[in-house]
Amino acid sequence: MQKIAKFFMVSLIIVALASLPALTQAQSGGKILIMARAADTTGLDPHKQTAFASLRLLELIYEPLVTLDQDLNIVPMLAESWEFNADSTQLTMKLREGVVFHDGSTFDSADVKATFTRLLDEATGSAARSNYTSITSIDTPDAYTVVFNLNTPDVPILAAMASVNASIVSEEAVAANEFEQKAIGTGPFVLDQWIPEEKTTLRRNDNWWIEGPYPDGVEMRVIPNEATIVAALRAGEIDFALLNDPLAAVLLKDDPNIVLNRVPALAYHVFQLNASRAPMDKLEVRQAISCAIDRQEVLDTASLGEGTVTGPLTIPAYQVPTSEFFCYTRDVAKARELMAAAGMADGFTFKTIVANAEPPTALAEAQVIQAQLAEIGITLEIEALELSVYVDRWLKGDFDTAVALNGGRPDPYTMYARYWTKAGNLQGVANWIDDLTDSLMAQGRAESDPAKRLAIFTEFQKHIVEQAPWIWLYNGYEYTAHQPYVEGFIPNPTDSLMSFAAIRLNR
Amino acid sequence: MLRYIAQRLIAFLPTLLGVSVLVFFAMRLIPGDAITAQLGTEAGMLTPTQRAALERYYGLDKPPVEQYFIWLGEVTQGNLGFSIRHGKPVLEVILDRFPLTLQLALMSVIIALLIGIPIGVLSAIYHNTLIDLIGRLFALIGLALPNFLVGTLIIYILSVYFKILPNSGNYVSFGDDPRRNLEQMIFPAFTLGFALAASLMRMTRSAMLEVLREDYIRTARSKGLRERRVTYSHALRNALIPVVTLLGVQAGYLLGGAVIVEQIFALPGLGRLAVNAISQREYALVQGVTLFIAFNFVMINLAVDVIYASIDPRISYGKR
Repeated sequence: MQKIAKFFMVSLIIVALASLPALTQAQSGGKILIMARAADTTGLDPHKQTAFASLRLLELIYEPLVTLDQDLNIVPMLAESWEFNADSTQLTMKLREGVVFHDGSTFDSADVKATFTRLLDEATGSAARSNYTSITSIDTPDAYTVVFNLNTPDVPILAAMASVNASIVSEEAVAANEFEQKAIGTGPFVLDQWIPEEKTTLRRNDNWWIEGPYPDGVEMRVIPNEATIVAALRAGEIDFALLNDPLAAVLLKDDPNIVLNRVPALAYHVFQLNASRAPMDKLEVRQAISCAIDRQEVLDTASLGEGTVTGPLTIPAYQVPTSEFFCYTRDVAKARELMAAAGMADGFTFKTIVANAEPPTALAEAQVIQAQLAEIGITLEIEALELSVYVDRWLKGDFDTAVALNGGRPDPYTMYARYWTKAGNLQGVANWIDDLTDSLMAQGRAESDPAKRLAIFTEFQKHIVEQAPWIWLYNGYEYTAHQPYVEGFIPNPTDSLMSFAAIRLNR
Repeated sequence: MLRYIAQRLIAFLPTLLGVSVLVFFAMRLIPGDAITAQLGTEAGMLTPTQRAALERYYGLDKPPVEQYFIWLGEVTQGNLGFSIRHGKPVLEVILDRFPLTLQLALMSVIIALLIGIPIGVLSAIYHNTLIDLIGRLFALIGLALPNFLVGTLIIYILSVYFKILPNSGNYVSFGDDPRRNLEQMIFPAFTLGFALAASLMRMTRSAMLEVLREDYIRTARSKGLRERRVTYSHALRNALIPVVTLLGVQAGYLLGGAVIVEQIFALPGLGRLAVNAISQREYALVQGVTLFIAFNFVMINLAVDVIYASIDPRISYGKR
């Protein structure tokens, strides 16, 4: 007995001793911003990376021609001003003078031309290419003017340029083609080192064209478990955190020592029906499913109410009150009537695919929908898949239904042209289209007057919700959290970290 | 003995070859490839020409069987391939991660031995007393609590009540800063060691109980040997054989990386490397890591067999 007691005493002392030095260790970061996130960058090529985790790093190194402010307005970046011609087939941009790349070379119109030539070259393999295919040629009348000639009226191309995927790289870098090894941009921070799955270190760009950046550098750490990220914030070991899982973020909601930012996300949670498969090919069946689902309950149960029930467009400027959408208030009686009208009064059985932990709420969403559909006699079987397997089947359109979190864009056309136009690259995933939808999208693309665009896309939203090829559920929040002494960070609906340059650390 | 070891080593070759074939084709049978893993759903935006260009880039443009033989040819020359994401040869990536995994495995085994064996012995000696009860309760707790729970609890207690978290994504190696490294490793090692201690304790206890009933123990006692001597040099030594077996298997698993504990404590070990390589469909890295883990596993098995011989003189290799 004595021995056991002695042993436990000794082990307790060892543990206590081991933790003592950590207790007294002071934060020694200086003016380096230390941030943590669960996912790591997957590659350094700004034109090829699509993973959000990669974009969050690359947007600190590279800069596009235009960017989005926190209200999603298009604002100047490397382009100082721009102008469309009368029929929106030519975009002329005046470029900023005095901008230099991290390697010291000067930014001019030749770099812009080289960048877009690389993006449009199919050998590059950029998934963002489809946003810029209306460009037929690029003229550079002088070093600081660039003219994009378009084969069709294309207003949304400007918003599509406000993307990390349209980052300007130098003509020399395009020739060298070492984008996976070297990251040479014009942005506020210079890449020092990337150790995959551990950390990335960035240092201040002393030659940045805007005042600042204020931090001396940024250290991006990978902490795979979000509960551990929350713990690291509480312990004061990190300054800033990116959070993805609402269940982890809400832990910080009432913590007086941590600032939690929540910005409504552009990305939307959706229950995708495959209208090419029976019985979802029947409008009444799709509408019955729409009426049987209580979107607010899905949000409350799966995501602890962290978000807002939404229609197809999550962009603030294009909001339509949800009460104007078809069956956005649950109506089980109407759902049963619609099922009977479709000759499916006895219900049916179908499946849904769900990616494991992507998003973290996906499985819970599927389970709530499963319970709600059971009330009108529909049996939903859930297939939980590893992410890449899910993506593979999703891209092939190989599913009855899918629970998805799809990315949003600042412009309705770039957001949905891939799904809801006849020529859309992902029409085979959407599996439904009609003439009205296709023509509304085309009108929206060509229209430059904001009020008229709003009217077009409002009609688009109401129509597609009524046709119910997909059941839009809700959009959540983009979460960032930081210590109170981190000042000047501006949360952005695109989750952008670009305002890192403006952060002051008053430790 | 040497001859025996040499024979065993040669017998490992087909095992490793089998593992490589299995992993190679299993990775290619599961849906998704490096392109969809990289681009996610955006892969759907690629034109066929773009896709073909990327397939060439990732080396996916040749038939799998041909890919396998190209890979095998390289492996026989000591080249496990190149990881595009890490920008390094696969072997280098693995060797970067291995010291952490080895250290974590060693520390947790030591913690497990320090806790598990004494409690097991005490439980057996004081069979059916309060001490035994406490010991068994400890084992029950250790086995019942999954390590993600223990790890999360430790992190919660440290961060909320002590305002510390020795490792918040800034792991340092033992060589760089031994003290800081031990601070970072002690909690994950304890998390792993705790569960292992519980199973070691149960194994030690039951083996000891069996041995203590043997005739030779009675003989030893009747010769007038002191109880301490009987317990430690006669009983414990013989009771250790099943314990060594269990330890060998567990250490083999630990050397393959402890995925969950590495995730929770943000440690860049082999387990996370393997899991991320699989989800990124980095074929060369997955194959390299599995081969490396399989190699460690068979080597540990060999070590266990050799240790048997030194514990139990009745077991010997080579003499017949």
